[in-house]
Amino acid sequence: MNLNELTIHELRDKLAAGETTALAIAEAVFRRIDAVESKIHAFISLMRESALEEAAAADRRIAAGDATDLTGIPIAVKDVLCTKGSPTTCGSRILENFVPPYDATVIAKLKAAGAVIIGKTNMDEFAMGSSTERSAFGLTRNPWDLERIPGGSSGGSAAAMAADECIAAIGTDTGGSIRQPASLCGVVGLKPTYGLVSRYGLVAFASSLDQIGPFAKDAEDCAIMLNALAGHDPKDSTSVPAEAPDYRMFPGREAKGWTVGIPKEYFVEGIDPEISAAVNGVIATLERLGVAFREVSLPRTKYCVAVYYIIAPSEASSNLARYDGVRYGFRSAGSRNLIDMFKQSRLEGFGSEVKRRIMIGTYSLSAGYYDAYYKKASQVRTLMRQDFDEAFKTCDALVTPVTPTPAFRIGEKMDDPIQMYLSDIFTLSTNLAGLPGISVPCGYTTTGLPIGVQFMARHFDEGKLLTIASALERETPFEKRRPAL
Amino acid sequence: MEFEPVIGLEVHAQLLTKSKIFCGCSTAFGADPNSHTCPICLGMPGVLPALNRKVVEYAMKMALAVHCRINGASSFARKNYFYPDLPKGYQISQYDLPLAEKGCVDVDLEEGRKRIGITRVHIEEDAGKSLHDEKTAYSYVDLNRTGVPLIEIVSEPDMRSPEEGAAYLRRLHEILVYLEICDGNMEEGSFRCDANVSIRPQGTERFGTRTELKNMNSFRNVQLALEYEIERQAQVLRAGGTVVQETRLWDAAARVTHSMRGKEEAHDYRYFPDPDLVPIVISDEWIEKIRATFPELPMEKRDRFIREYDIPRYDAQVLTAARALGDFFEETVRHCGKPKTASNWIMGDILALVKEEKIEIQDIPVSPKALAEMIALIEDGTISGKIAKDVFQTMWKTGKDARFIVEEQGLVQITDAAELDSVIDTVLAAHPRQFEEFRNGKAPLFGFFVGQVMKATKGKANPQTVNELLKKKLSLR
Repeated sequence: MNLNELTIHELRDKLAAGETTALAIAEAVFRRIDAVESKIHAFISLMRESALEEAAAADRRIAAGDATDLTGIPIAVKDVLCTKGSPTTCGSRILENFVPPYDATVIAKLKAAGAVIIGKTNMDEFAMGSSTERSAFGLTRNPWDLERIPGGSSGGSAAAMAADECIAAIGTDTGGSIRQPASLCGVVGLKPTYGLVSRYGLVAFASSLDQIGPFAKDAEDCAIMLNALAGHDPKDSTSVPAEAPDYRMFPGREAKGWTVGIPKEYFVEGIDPEISAAVNGVIATLERLGVAFREVSLPRTKYCVAVYYIIAPSEASSNLARYDGVRYGFRSAGSRNLIDMFKQSRLEGFGSEVKRRIMIGTYSLSAGYYDAYYKKASQVRTLMRQDFDEAFKTCDALVTPVTPTPAFRIGEKMDDPIQMYLSDIFTLSTNLAGLPGISVPCGYTTTGLPIGVQFMARHFDEGKLLTIASALERETPFEKRRPAL
Repeated sequence: MEFEPVIGLEVHAQLLTKSKIFCGCSTAFGADPNSHTCPICLGMPGVLPALNRKVVEYAMKMALAVHCRINGASSFARKNYFYPDLPKGYQISQYDLPLAEKGCVDVDLEEGRKRIGITRVHIEEDAGKSLHDEKTAYSYVDLNRTGVPLIEIVSEPDMRSPEEGAAYLRRLHEILVYLEICDGNMEEGSFRCDANVSIRPQGTERFGTRTELKNMNSFRNVQLALEYEIERQAQVLRAGGTVVQETRLWDAAARVTHSMRGKEEAHDYRYFPDPDLVPIVISDEWIEKIRATFPELPMEKRDRFIREYDIPRYDAQVLTAARALGDFFEETVRHCGKPKTASNWIMGDILALVKEEKIEIQDIPVSPKALAEMIALIEDGTISGKIAKDVFQTMWKTGKDARFIVEEQGLVQITDAAELDSVIDTVLAAHPRQFEEFRNGKAPLFGFFVGQVMKATKGKANPQTVNELLKKKLSLR
């Protein structure tokens, strides 16, 4: 096996045993990138030079006996996280030339742990999309079928994982942007509880929904990554001032005796039968392991899409106001006066989906409409949280499909935003409720496309998600499969 | 028809915290453009605000000083609009849940004391500054001010004249400065005011259509702008027109207000709760802790000075204009026990020198104790009031105490009748013509003789003794 195909924990053990070096791992990863990246286009920019320096530094650190689990591990980062001195575009023309003067907190944490940042991955512009077709820098292809999308908006990170172009990756999830592409690319993806991971340096799409989380090859790697990411940050007022546990203790534990809820609203017509079958297979497997299942109801599920597509665009319309061409990023050349400069820079700098959402959000917040839209949506959001609180009174976790269909064809939903929005129908609710959710590979379609299953848990109960994911892996190690490229 | 003005004021005060409201940058005024900035106040992609706790404490002080109810939980909201000096495209402010609400403040007017309602006190961040270069047609943006903490104090529409408006403003200004949470500098913009003004027929209840006045950067300009605007609205109504709801700018040079934007062009700020900040939670213990640090506020101090020291209201007003001045006065009285004399000296000689030398009362070379000792020398007759003026000048220049100066320069007052008698005799002998005229009924010459005696004694003669002796001598002859 090539080094780039191994997991974090496998590489950590090899590094500790002196069987390989961080430099060798980084070189293996870049060799793989050189070989397949032209087919996939998972990255917007590569950081080859600094990565090799970081790998060399990691080797010195390992030699000094000062290694962490992530020392020398090559990690791909979604291009929505600020990296000091390296371009951070958010997949948008408006930030094409933006080089942040600071590191996002999670980047600083990864660097402090000795991780090797290899590049910035492709994404839907400002994380608005479910297919990574909305990047200003070209689309990313699904390594399992190059004619299909990898999901989104963290499609670049998911594709890089599936193609073994990195060992682990960072994504962000506002409505499913980690879990949906993880599902469509056959890797593990975790969206942590809102407030567990600092958002400082994450270029905001919808601040009350955005969370940073890991893509990993298995539950144990996911735990290692979460260890590095989680924790209070005084720079983010919404990060929770509590100490995070050592997540490595959760994979490998037994889920025996747990009760997992099946929200009936998530098992409705329109789901691809192969996905239903795969999720039912998961239920059967876990039942064998002593997990009890019961049907629960989340009655406000039907409002998810409506609520999400008011709150997220409303926040986005304000968050994206700073891209005005004055201080950084793209400025239209042809403007004659101030207002014209604002308008032209935004007109030329933003893509159509971003503009659509800015308009929806601006409208929802406008005088006379605020009460009917934003305020009403916020109220329904509170009720949805209560639905979950109710369900978690009797359940340790909930199980649902991640997506209604496997990866769809490139271009298939580009002209139909509503269809595109519906591809996140099962993932939106955890963001609205601030809950943690994980996508775990649970099978393949007859045509060989990956299928994922989603588990949700109570706030800050990521440990349960890791336990259940690892239990599933032991029984049905779907996450071990890789596409033939 | 007679009209009654209805005025409400919105005051913005910059808080004197060392660092900005949501980042660690300095708030100091006058630095090189954009030198006090960081990714956070520049509104770089990905940054987040982290609230400076001192800002909340300062704002609580003001809220308590104007008797507001402090909300146990208040929240931040975003006020969205585009402007080059607003880096995020929104200002973080407070909207539905302000820090504090429902207060009041008393103001002293000629006709007596009046209570003005305070609607709310809330926290927000300041925007940057745009500098327009007329010569090059370029505009420059300075973001040093971006994120400097502000409080906004909104009054009820309780004021009925420009004088009341100005009195209310002075009162807020005085409290803010007393609390040492704002430097009150109107020219540098650390204390700013917008006014809402409307008029209605005298004796009616319903409010007229209001206009909002901006760009008034002194107390005097606020009053002038209000006077102008009230008269303008009255003329519109008298001519049968209607007042248009709009924002108007005060032109201090031309002394007129200009329409800036109408109701239709008014911004829709699309306020919504800022998801990046958690609510400000304030416990009763915190409020009590802040209250415990409270100094005596100027109006209470004024009332106490009048009551306790029996000095005129005017004196009390002057002496409480600044905290340090009141302290100086009280300390002086504590040492000499003569409030009115102390007040006269402070309001007169001391404030004149303070003004002349452009220094602060706390930095003057004469201590309250030294002043009190000098006053004691006047009171016990050691020196005359007139000599005291010179003694005081010497104290100021040299820092020496009064008794030392009096002894060193031999300024002790001559009260000895025998000694003064002989001086008077000499004076009368030297001025026979005047003496003759006096005897023929030219009474004002009495003062001339007093003056001559003082001159002969270099001002050291006790004026009262001189008077008595002179009277006796002149009537005898």
